[in-house]
Amino acid sequence: MNAAQAQALHHASTAPDADAFVRIVDVVKKFGEATAVAGVNLSVARNELFALLGSSGCGKSTLLRMLAGFEEVTSGRIIIDGEDMAALPPYKRPVNMMFQSYALFPHMSVAANIAFGLKQEKIGPREIDERVADVLELVQMSKYARRKPYQLSGGQQQRVALARSLVKRPKLLLLDEPMSALDKQIRQRTQIELVNILDKVGVTCMMVTHDQEEAMTMATRLAVMSEGRIVQLGTPHEVYEYPNTRFSAAFIGSTNLFDGNVSVDNPDHIYVECAALPQPVFISHGITGPLGMPVTLSIRPERVRLTRTAPDNTPNQAPGKVCNIAYMGSYTLYHVQLASGKNVMANVSTLAFDNVDPPSYDEEVFVSWAPDAVTVLTK
Amino acid sequence: MIKPNKKLQVGTLAVGFFFLYAPILSLIVYSFNDSQLVTIWSKVSLRWYYALAQDDELINAAWLSLKIGLLTAFASVAIGTWAGFVLARMGRFRGFTLYSAMINAPLVIPEVIQGISLLLLFVEMGKVLGWPAERGVFTIWIGHVMLCVSYVAIIVQSRIRELDTALEDAAMDLGATPLRVFFVITLPLISQALISGWLLSFTLSIDDLVLSAFLSGPGSTTLPLVVFSRVRLGLNPEMNALATIFIGLVTVGVIAANFFMQRAEARRAMPAS
Amino acid sequence: MTPLSSRLQRYIPSGRSLVIGGPYLWLALFFLVPFLLVVKISFAEQQLGVPPYTELAQLQDGMVHINLQLGHYTFLLSDSLYFATYLSSLQMAAVSTLLCLLIGYPMAYYIARSNPATRNMLMMAVMLPFWTSFLIRVYAWIGILKNNGLLNQFLMWAHLVRTPLELYHTNTAVYIGMVYSYLPFLVMPLYAHLVKMDLSLLEAAYDLGARPWKVFCQITLPLSRNGIIAGCLLVFIPAVGEYVIPELLGGSDTLMIGRVMWDEFFNNADWPMASAVTCAMVLLLLVPMALFQHYQAKEFEQ
Repeated sequence: MNAAQAQALHHASTAPDADAFVRIVDVVKKFGEATAVAGVNLSVARNELFALLGSSGCGKSTLLRMLAGFEEVTSGRIIIDGEDMAALPPYKRPVNMMFQSYALFPHMSVAANIAFGLKQEKIGPREIDERVADVLELVQMSKYARRKPYQLSGGQQQRVALARSLVKRPKLLLLDEPMSALDKQIRQRTQIELVNILDKVGVTCMMVTHDQEEAMTMATRLAVMSEGRIVQLGTPHEVYEYPNTRFSAAFIGSTNLFDGNVSVDNPDHIYVECAALPQPVFISHGITGPLGMPVTLSIRPERVRLTRTAPDNTPNQAPGKVCNIAYMGSYTLYHVQLASGKNVMANVSTLAFDNVDPPSYDEEVFVSWAPDAVTVLTK
Repeated sequence: MIKPNKKLQVGTLAVGFFFLYAPILSLIVYSFNDSQLVTIWSKVSLRWYYALAQDDELINAAWLSLKIGLLTAFASVAIGTWAGFVLARMGRFRGFTLYSAMINAPLVIPEVIQGISLLLLFVEMGKVLGWPAERGVFTIWIGHVMLCVSYVAIIVQSRIRELDTALEDAAMDLGATPLRVFFVITLPLISQALISGWLLSFTLSIDDLVLSAFLSGPGSTTLPLVVFSRVRLGLNPEMNALATIFIGLVTVGVIAANFFMQRAEARRAMPAS
Repeated sequence: MTPLSSRLQRYIPSGRSLVIGGPYLWLALFFLVPFLLVVKISFAEQQLGVPPYTELAQLQDGMVHINLQLGHYTFLLSDSLYFATYLSSLQMAAVSTLLCLLIGYPMAYYIARSNPATRNMLMMAVMLPFWTSFLIRVYAWIGILKNNGLLNQFLMWAHLVRTPLELYHTNTAVYIGMVYSYLPFLVMPLYAHLVKMDLSLLEAAYDLGARPWKVFCQITLPLSRNGIIAGCLLVFIPAVGEYVIPELLGGSDTLMIGRVMWDEFFNNADWPMASAVTCAMVLLLLVPMALFQHYQAKEFEQ
């Protein structure tokens, strides 16, 4: 798939699908003069784990709070399983949320916390006990039913919070920054555990996070948000490999960006002239747009090769000087300064240095990349 | 941590606490003095405690004060919690400034001002509505509650502000109506503030002289009113005995309250295992 | 469900005004309205009967007659004794506040810098007298300050004085009583501000080469400013209208506005005059009260 195809896919998936399980239609939220959410359209399929990704203040949390019913929409509609949510206060919505701080009631035991939601419905005590026991089993916390929240570790608290939001069998489960209260070391393991539990239960999920790794690990699809709008929407792979804007290219992972103009436009290849590079960049696919159009090129650091001699297999190359070396374990991140003053990042796998002496500070090197390693961004 | 000068610290605190406690200690010591002249020591005796036990006027007044104190404490906690909740959780509604001013003012406003204004309210009400016909326990009670509501509201609002709003959101998310959220989540979590507010209201009510002076009627003489009418005339060894009993009760109460609060705190701080 | 009724159904609007309205009504009825009545009655005239004041408006022969007695206010303004009373009340309150600050600040400072366990104990010790009866605490000073009281007994025993010092029934006694009674009100807010202060700020100042005294003046003092203001207002405002302490410890020449108002009310049964004095007192306290409200509102918004 090329960038144009990705673009098409992006447009297709923003138009809300009439059959989707959760539909968010033209939702706007204003706080006085300030617009927090500026016309969002989204649809989430049944049993999907969807992530809203963005930095703080991008409107993702407001959107989540509108789904839960804590904030009223200024305009637009939220429809879950065919039912419009507008009329429903939070305590009547078939939606449950796992809070960022977990919000476990400190004066209640683990079991009482989980039973709380069931007690609000007309459910018999025996059924409540059964369902609480089942869900405790599911999150492997049966042993801790009588503990108070402050007697649990962070990871255990998180599982109780998950159990509490799952026990009512919500149509939509909201996860607000689910990993942010955990230590970095246990996050990765917990992410996988959480996804496994959600898979087992089969629940539709919407999560909010500012951590792109977390979104990529857990979500089936994700939406990148900025300034109250969705910038890009797709699977983690699509969004990473085919970013559609400078914003999502820079927000998801790190990247090298070059501003330039299209100088040769052919159906199967183009050349882009960039001020920062010594010669035009050859790109092995066409784009839709006029000659001379300003574009931005995005090249991921892992696609940039670093050599001591000029490579002969690609025209896309530039000489430079190593100005910074960061050893990251499995790879080393090189910053190379080109003659134009532009800094280019290159990830070099640690394995590559097995037989070669690694370049050091101030060494003259060449950076290069393949014609298909470049994503052309038009906005 | 940078430590302050130890000598200065101990010296200052010693002088400060001597100033705070010397008068109280002198009261206690001389309550066991046999002499009629309070400040001249003769010999140890419990004479004034016996006199106190026989003093019906004082005992009746004490019972009345106790009754009003209990009524005040319960009513102030109920209204004050409500008022404090509004202060903490309702945002800046229209009239917020006036509202917070009306809560703050009784904390500092001289009691004589509140006394006369409440009295005039009750007199005018009596004239227009025919009720309350005369001043008494009821009017004193309202006056005390008026005063204590502010204290409770301030204590409660600061505690509610410390609460994570996510707890209340979570309860609502799990299907509890706002009213249930308040009673099942918010109230239990601020229970310590409620106890503090209750104790403070009770003490303020038992201790109040000025409001009671304006708002009492025939047959509703509270303990401070009796004590005041006597100490106005000068020293009275019976008052020393009363003071000693009072101080004893308060000391035990404060230490016990502190002990229980610290224990609750310690239990909360128990490490995860 | 129609959009309108569904909107009404939402949890905030209908319940919200009820929730706010409850305590609002209570405060308006028992705080605001009574005060307006004081203003009203300050324009009435004293009379014998129940209630002991005249109506402002009377219906006579189909005419509404409004009688506003401005005499109380002209008297309050022209009488030199009243003027001396205002000044004296402000002065007594201001001096007491200053003395409280001089004693209370070092206490609060050193308590806040003690280790946490001692800190709580010491604060409890500061609060303990506050929980015991105010009246009893003032009474205790009579026994100490009288001519044959404990203080004079001690001074004479130590040969520091030959004849007993005249303290009881003087302004000095009132100052002592005021400082003693109001000290906890100043120590509490000061302590609260000092104890939550980040000590690494002091370490940073020392690290940058500041001397201890400079650190205190340039870091600690400015950071506890709000505590100082709150504490001083908590002492000053009620002290201006204090009645019990000047009555028990002061002499007949101790002029305090609260005492004057009490006498007008209880001894002369002149309710309108007492109301006018009350209004004057409120005017006197308007600026400090507004300041206090300002600082409290700031705390609320944190």
